[in-house]
Amino acid sequence: MTLRGFRIPMVFSLVVWCAIWEIIGRLNLISLIPPFTDVVEALFEVIPSTDFIDATMITFQAFAIGMGLALVVGISVGILMGRIPAVGNLMGMWVNIFESSPLTAIVPALMAILGFGLPTMIVTVFLFSVWVIALDTQVGVERVNPSLIEMGRSFGASNRALFSKIVFFAALPELLAGIRLGLIRGLKGVIIGQLLIAVIGMGYLFELYSRNFLMPEFWALLIILFGFAYIASEAVAYFERKVAFYATSR
Amino acid sequence: MTDTPRLSSHGAPGTTGFSQEPAIRVMNLTKEYPGGIRALEGISFDVPKGELTSVIGPSGCGKTTSLKIIAGLVEATSGEVVVNGTQVRGPGPERAFVFQEFALMPWATVLRNVAFGLELRGFGRKERESIAHEYIAKMNLTGFEDAYPHQLSGGMRQRVGLARAMAVDADILLMDEPFASVDEQIRRKFQEDLLRLLSEEKKSVLFVTHSIEEAVYVSDQIVILTRGPAQVSNVVRPGIDRTGDPQNIRRSSAYLDCVESIWVELRNYLEE
Ligand SMILES: Nc1ncnc2c1ncn2[C@@H]1O[C@H](COP(=O)(O)OP(=O)(O)OP(=O)(O)O)[C@@H](O)[C@H]1O
Ligand SMILES: [Mg+2]
Repeated sequence: MTLRGFRIPMVFSLVVWCAIWEIIGRLNLISLIPPFTDVVEALFEVIPSTDFIDATMITFQAFAIGMGLALVVGISVGILMGRIPAVGNLMGMWVNIFESSPLTAIVPALMAILGFGLPTMIVTVFLFSVWVIALDTQVGVERVNPSLIEMGRSFGASNRALFSKIVFFAALPELLAGIRLGLIRGLKGVIIGQLLIAVIGMGYLFELYSRNFLMPEFWALLIILFGFAYIASEAVAYFERKVAFYATSR
Repeated sequence: MTDTPRLSSHGAPGTTGFSQEPAIRVMNLTKEYPGGIRALEGISFDVPKGELTSVIGPSGCGKTTSLKIIAGLVEATSGEVVVNGTQVRGPGPERAFVFQEFALMPWATVLRNVAFGLELRGFGRKERESIAHEYIAKMNLTGFEDAYPHQLSGGMRQRVGLARAMAVDADILLMDEPFASVDEQIRRKFQEDLLRLLSEEKKSVLFVTHSIEEAVYVSDQIVILTRGPAQVSNVVRPGIDRTGDPQNIRRSSAYLDCVESIWVELRNYLEE
């Protein structure tokens, strides 16, 4: 960002927004928005509380298991779809439908089947993230330069070597983009799932804070989740940037 | 041999002064791609051992297709390819391919790309990298071992592809327009390098080009293909004496006559 030719660091924009937030909060215009300093204070109270630690544990557990499954299934299905045209035709339509459908609507049905606990959350995370991972993997695998495959075969590569030394790396830019999007959607999934269930994890905390009108705590929790989502997606984006140089030059 | 290649004027197999079996014998190849595109219409020729044979023909006539069938990368619809006496059923360690579009791995350094054929053939890291260094030096790529393909010029990328094919030490090199992406001066230097390399390493080479001058200059034998679906129009042995100064060779009447006669022949297929 530049202003009249001066480069303004990103931090500055953050500071400005925090200041505006603080002023609106202090003016007491909207009861939903407490001063920013109160939120920061609440942050230090929320993080060490047992409620928060319990909620984090169960959320992280659901997220990690659901994401793990989504990665394994999504990448395998994506590879099969990309490498075997029959599988691509058979699954392509369904994966596309689910990828773009409002999956939130399914969560209550899951609750009815799987109950109000961890299984529902895991399945929610899985369903939110698996489709985009499969689709992006498929795109990556389909875009592998055919002459690289011929090159591998001409030097006698086994199918396994072709895959692990050529196809995987050639598909990596799209694969990582899929993983990053999958992570963000999985995180949305776990929070939406918990909000709908409303008796466990972060969902319970949000419910608790908003019902008792603990707005600083409410915002503090939101900031923590935003921060986590940002860090997780930036971590993947870091690897994406490392391979970006060849995404364009394949 | 029941299947005598369709040859005219210059030399048939066995009459070229090489009594041994050819490195490659192509017999009656036809190729029809899915969708009914016919690329080859019964082509036959020999690639004598230790020689450089060029394939030249109009654009899109089936040169790459025939080279890939010989490499075992594409299956022929009918006909067969015999390499060192055995029928080709797939790629083999005695053949190495230089791709028209380089086929370098963009995520790997020059060193790894050059060593990749050896890596796939199970050589240990130390051994394959020391061999790769040798060919990197021969191809004048020293100093670029750690560069990535996108940091190189087209000509340098092509040399990486050449070094990779040379490094596996196959008897037979199949090269698909290896010098197409470089300008004329560098091209001539490459041709000299290729000739020097071949005289050092004693390989049999099948070389696709669309430059008549290049074919005449580097080849022992030239296979001229018709417009697609390709048939063999003629097989010519330029017989150029290459012992002198390159400038003089390119001005010799033997060289110029040969270029002219091939040009006349190919022109038929352009004007039709
Ligand atoms: N994989 C493929 N599927 C269908 N048709 C193909 C395929 N590869 C090549 N062809 C067709 O076969 C014919 C010969 O192609 P080929 O690439 O062998 O020609 P070429 O002589 O190498 O051409 P160029 O001089 O442009 O390199 C062309 O008509 C081409 O369109
Ligand atoms: Mg070609």
